[in-house]
Amino acid sequence: MNAKANLSTIYDDGVIRQFSIMAVVWGVVGMLVGVVIAAQLVWPELNLGLPWTSFGRLRPLHTNAVIFAFGGSALFASSYYVVQRTCQTRLFAGKLASFTFWGWQAVILAAAISLPLGFTQAKEYAELEWPIDILIAIVWVSYAIVFFGTIAQRKIKHIYVANWFYGAFIITVALLHIVNSAAIPAGFMKSYSAYAGVQDAMVQWWYGHNAVGFFLTAGFLGMMYYFVPKQAERPVYSYSLSIVHFWALIFTYMWAGPHHLHYTALPDWVSSLGMVFSLILFAPSWGGMINGIMTLSGAWHKLRTDPILRFLIVSLSFYGMSTFEGPMMSIKTVNALSHYTDWTVGHVHSGALGWVGLVSMGTLYFLVPRLFGQKQMYSMKAIELHFWMATVGIVLYITALWISGVMEGLMWRAINPDGTLAYTFIESVKAKHPYYIIRLLGGLLYLSGMLVMLWNVIKTARNGKAVNILVPAVKAH
Amino acid sequence: MDINDLRSIATVGSFIVFVSILIWTWNKRNSRSFKEAANLPFVEDAKPVRQKKIIAKKGKRK
Repeated sequence: MNAKANLSTIYDDGVIRQFSIMAVVWGVVGMLVGVVIAAQLVWPELNLGLPWTSFGRLRPLHTNAVIFAFGGSALFASSYYVVQRTCQTRLFAGKLASFTFWGWQAVILAAAISLPLGFTQAKEYAELEWPIDILIAIVWVSYAIVFFGTIAQRKIKHIYVANWFYGAFIITVALLHIVNSAAIPAGFMKSYSAYAGVQDAMVQWWYGHNAVGFFLTAGFLGMMYYFVPKQAERPVYSYSLSIVHFWALIFTYMWAGPHHLHYTALPDWVSSLGMVFSLILFAPSWGGMINGIMTLSGAWHKLRTDPILRFLIVSLSFYGMSTFEGPMMSIKTVNALSHYTDWTVGHVHSGALGWVGLVSMGTLYFLVPRLFGQKQMYSMKAIELHFWMATVGIVLYITALWISGVMEGLMWRAINPDGTLAYTFIESVKAKHPYYIIRLLGGLLYLSGMLVMLWNVIKTARNGKAVNILVPAVKAH
Repeated sequence: MDINDLRSIATVGSFIVFVSILIWTWNKRNSRSFKEAANLPFVEDAKPVRQKKIIAKKGKRK
């Protein structure tokens, strides 16, 4: 708070403020695109007959915006906050940290322009063309330098577990992105994958599933291991469990990708291996969930009064639910029913809206007032309202898609006694119509909750001002 | 030695490393340093009173 204080004794929070605000803004944008395409599935005319607004181009825009723009910004913000606080030092290379902000925003902008124009590598969650891929790689390496540089200059001997998760997330995403995006350019904004045939598919889903495992899981577990204890005001339930859980995830996730390619040209043994490791993954996933939830042990009453804590703990419940559902869906016989149906989409959203979304929102509600020198958010009532809108929205969304997905899978495999198909494909599409309306309602509710959050965040930031927080002079131990 | 031997060694090696981590983690000798580590998020509050309160709370739970 002392303006004359030496720069090196003040936390580098400017970049965290930028990322936190943009996380909320991109959350609104990404979820809005999601609601638009959900509406297009109900009323196809909403694609306006234009190529730029067609489902096939807006869908990757939605996934990129919510995962990399919203989720990514929340991860940048929280990791910069946690690494400084638990290492008791300022960010290493502050200018480079600032570059990661502007570079990442440039990537998002390039995605928002190039995807509707139809430029794509046609790899799920890795659609962006090679010039943007190169920018991503540069930003990501800078991020690694800032993060690990900060850890290297830490004032505390032990590296707190949250930093291990963030660190694994940063290293693995660099590896995944660089390997999967390897391509031969064939002009500006056009390229061909460096891999061919089933190898290309396997590399893509090695990338795809580890993007789930490290971007959408390890990074957010880093968040969980810092912000759940902070908000609950008690240390994590079991530190030993956090270490075991970390290494079990690291050693297991890398193998699980083939479950995205059951019953394809992929060799059967690879697909079985992927299934077995996906089943094993259940144990460390639940280890993490139990560790987070049990942190509240003996203080459950806080859930009644603290809506931020409720965001964090309910996110863990959704994490537990989707990490039970995931291994189950990776079993070949279950996958024969679920694959290519809405069940998959419902599963992804129970993880994305329930786990990633809620844990990020809880974290941002913790961060924003502190970053703007306020005791708490402008309106606690609005957080409460947001919590219920989000939760009801998720429940509507995933139950609708469970029903429509299982129904559709059963209709596809139903056969008449003479062996002909009982239903035409269009009959299964027609049957899903009512559930698509419920899904749209759920999504609309979730988006509205995000708008309430945006209002609350703007009010909080306007009422407060950017503050300099001193690095406490704690003796190294 | 062909590439498959290297693959087997890497896999078995990883498994041995993982089991060693398990043994190291559950070793009683480390429990005190883990307790300290678990309290790292609260160090930055840097208010001695608050620190004591948390440790006291934690003691009660055991």
